[in-house]
Amino acid sequence: MTITVKFFASLREKVGKAEVKLTTTDSLNIEQVWQQACGDILPLPEQILMSLNLEYVSKETIVQDGDEVAFFPPVTGG
Amino acid sequence: MFINKNNDVVSWFFKDNQQQKLQQATVLIIGLGGLGSPVALYLARAGIGQLVLVDFDKVDLSNLQRQIIHNTQQISKEKVISAQDTLHAINPNITITPISEKLDKNALIEQMAQVDVVVDCSDNFATRFIINEASVKTKTPLVSGAALRFQGQISVFLPQRPNSPCYHCLYPEVNMEETTCSQNGVIAPLVGIIGSLQASEVIKVLLDIDTTLCGKLMLFNAYNMQWKTLQLAKDPACLICQTNS
Repeated sequence: MTITVKFFASLREKVGKAEVKLTTTDSLNIEQVWQQACGDILPLPEQILMSLNLEYVSKETIVQDGDEVAFFPPVTGG
Repeated sequence: MFINKNNDVVSWFFKDNQQQKLQQATVLIIGLGGLGSPVALYLARAGIGQLVLVDFDKVDLSNLQRQIIHNTQQISKEKVISAQDTLHAINPNITITPISEKLDKNALIEQMAQVDVVVDCSDNFATRFIINEASVKTKTPLVSGAALRFQGQISVFLPQRPNSPCYHCLYPEVNMEETTCSQNGVIAPLVGIIGSLQASEVIKVLLDIDTTLCGKLMLFNAYNMQWKTLQLAKDPACLICQTNS
């Protein structure tokens, strides 16, 4: 299956890429998607927003073929 | 509300009963910085009858790049007093209650019990979590905005609705790294954009317009000019929702 993985804002700078196409035969959850996409560069931050097909999800959520996973940094300033 | 010389209501957009609703409303604004400035300015101009302003800080020259309710004449003044002066110069017909102190959870609960909407314009997670808890406990609608560098976000939480998520459903209370605008910077117009959207959502909540961002998180990247709207469901394991349902 193929998963599109997107990194936004400061995460894009930290992992050094905006998007990754992940091809795998494994069944993956969101955390494992991160590990396969950029785990060698950065472990999954504790403070992070994750979405699956534009729906806010937790790191345990399982992905399917064709899904889009996105990671966003938390924002608190004001 | 504003009246022109012919005694007509200047705000042509709202029907009379809606403008009256706004005039009778009380809104609590927490933080009179980058976000709180446009929120307060627009709500005062919209004719919200009562504004309660909370901020313990004083105006500093370094604030003026983005905190558009204050000016150089107001440096060293308490922010809530500076904001009150600006707002009363715009609309003398509104009642403003300035609170120049850091409110703890109990004090926030006390304040929220007396208002129709609370607007979170604070700049740190610790305050945001306390505001959320008080909002859930008192079932006070919460309009939450945040901005940093080129990234902004906004959502609306309606704890009076059983299915509404809360801020804690979005951010579980783990060791959140504090990233404030004063330490990390923000492109000044971004707080204006997010704050203006917060004011718009407050007006919609007050007028029972059912197209708010409740159940959604809107993310804005000013660098790429990209908007993303995520669906945000209530977390069944959320401790704040569970404790206060």
